[in-house]
Amino acid sequence: MLCMLCKQNPAKVHLTQIVENKMQKVDLCEECARQKGVNDPASFSLADLLLGLGASQEIAQTASGVEIRCPACGFTQADFKKAGRLGCAQCYATFSEGLESLLKSMHKGIKHLGKVPVALRQGRDLNERLKHLQKKLDKAVTAEDFEQAASLRDEIKLTRSQLDSMPAKVTP
Amino acid sequence: MNIYDFLSPPVETARRTGPHDRIVMSSRVRLARNLRGFAFPGWAKKNERVKALEIIRPAVECLPQLTGAFSETMDNLGPLDKQILVERHLISREHAAKSTGSGLVLNKEESLCVMINEEDHLRMQALRPGLQLRQAWMAMDQIDSELERKLDYAFSSELGYLTACPTNLGTGIRVSAMLHLPGLVLAEQITQIISSVNKLGLAVRGLYGEGTEALGNVFQVSNQMTLGEVETDIVERLNKVLLQIIEHEDNARNVLLEKKPKIVYNHVGRAYGILANAHSITSKETMNLLSLMRLGVDLGEFPPAERALIDELFVITQPAHLQKQFTGKLGAEERDLLRADMLRERLHHVSRPNPKTAAGGGPALDKRN
Repeated sequence: MLCMLCKQNPAKVHLTQIVENKMQKVDLCEECARQKGVNDPASFSLADLLLGLGASQEIAQTASGVEIRCPACGFTQADFKKAGRLGCAQCYATFSEGLESLLKSMHKGIKHLGKVPVALRQGRDLNERLKHLQKKLDKAVTAEDFEQAASLRDEIKLTRSQLDSMPAKVTP
Repeated sequence: MNIYDFLSPPVETARRTGPHDRIVMSSRVRLARNLRGFAFPGWAKKNERVKALEIIRPAVECLPQLTGAFSETMDNLGPLDKQILVERHLISREHAAKSTGSGLVLNKEESLCVMINEEDHLRMQALRPGLQLRQAWMAMDQIDSELERKLDYAFSSELGYLTACPTNLGTGIRVSAMLHLPGLVLAEQITQIISSVNKLGLAVRGLYGEGTEALGNVFQVSNQMTLGEVETDIVERLNKVLLQIIEHEDNARNVLLEKKPKIVYNHVGRAYGILANAHSITSKETMNLLSLMRLGVDLGEFPPAERALIDELFVITQPAHLQKQFTGKLGAEERDLLRADMLRERLHHVSRPNPKTAAGGGPALDKRN
């Protein structure tokens, strides 16, 4: 059996807890168990681990005593501990450090691979095109091919204006 | 317009069919989305929620797929109406608890349902009868792509769609199916199946989702991970697992019928006996017994046409639906009496289960799909 958290090492720490008449089981490898502070069963709640509420403690730790507050919505780590939900989209940046290990424990990866809004995808494509054109321009200038350089410059200008005319919301 | 008048009558919804619908009652794909620059609904102040609703609602309403849809704010729906929507699996119990600043848009076919300001600004779901996850995903994807042109979604290229709860982060997708698994329950294999499904990173829940019990042998299977994987992979993985569960359920039924036919006939016969003759019955007992009668239909002990009746009874015997048919507030005990009356009347024409017509030598169980 593999560890529930890292899904790599064999699970050696097996815990069962009964909370509100519901049995919860966790199987962890030694490394993850140590990281989660599982060696002290008295202070440890499986619910926290399973529901990811334990992350609130991690957020608190990274704050090293100073309470972090989301500049956009005023949400704090204490609020997260209470609600298990974040305050706004900006919170993901605000609490990114503490959230990473939480996300690792609950998801397949921590990089989004799915759908991307079309406008954003187009912006990304234009940016790549811009880079590509810039490289070609540099080459043309080095080769003193000024005719091509001039046409490339026009193309770059056009691409830039396309990028500028896109709604601001799509900048990643 | 009243939501109850808008919804298709249960006698019609019970006749909807789809692939593998003996075992897979319905398929669902849900997407969570939020607006940039607005606090998530659970943290936002009331006026901010109202503002978000005022932006989202018209954008959703004017989607071509939602022409002629039912659209209402949650404070304009009564508690009974909300409970009816929950019993139809169209909104979550959390959403039923919402009021000012939350809304609902539902299309006529009841195949698209958008909850506004539930846990996230947008919870959109595509629903299909039977096993149709791919179709549900395609419908959902299309709606989402149209909405993203009008709404400014909170999205990060690193973390994907940003959601109130980190468990929905990334794709914001929840793919699920409702399964009727009486065979696995009777064969006492269900715990084993649930634990192997859990090991694949999928969740198994009861009839009404998170934290509910599996009434009527109905289980909900869904993905748990939403980040680090492409939507179509999530859909395909669940689809594959569901096909395996269907096979296990079929096998369990076949083995039971072969090795312990008396146990199966006993369960079905007693279920029929109680449902058709009781004078007081709870909603919970009704569901569990209807589940066994449904199994009886699948096994050929009742005529196939009776399945629509059983599925209809599944819906109309639930508390809010029952209350809706009577004026005056009913207590739980009164409801139990009225429920029993209704069951006796509706099952009056159904003749006793006949093991001789059962599938032993007849057609294989769920092979028609």
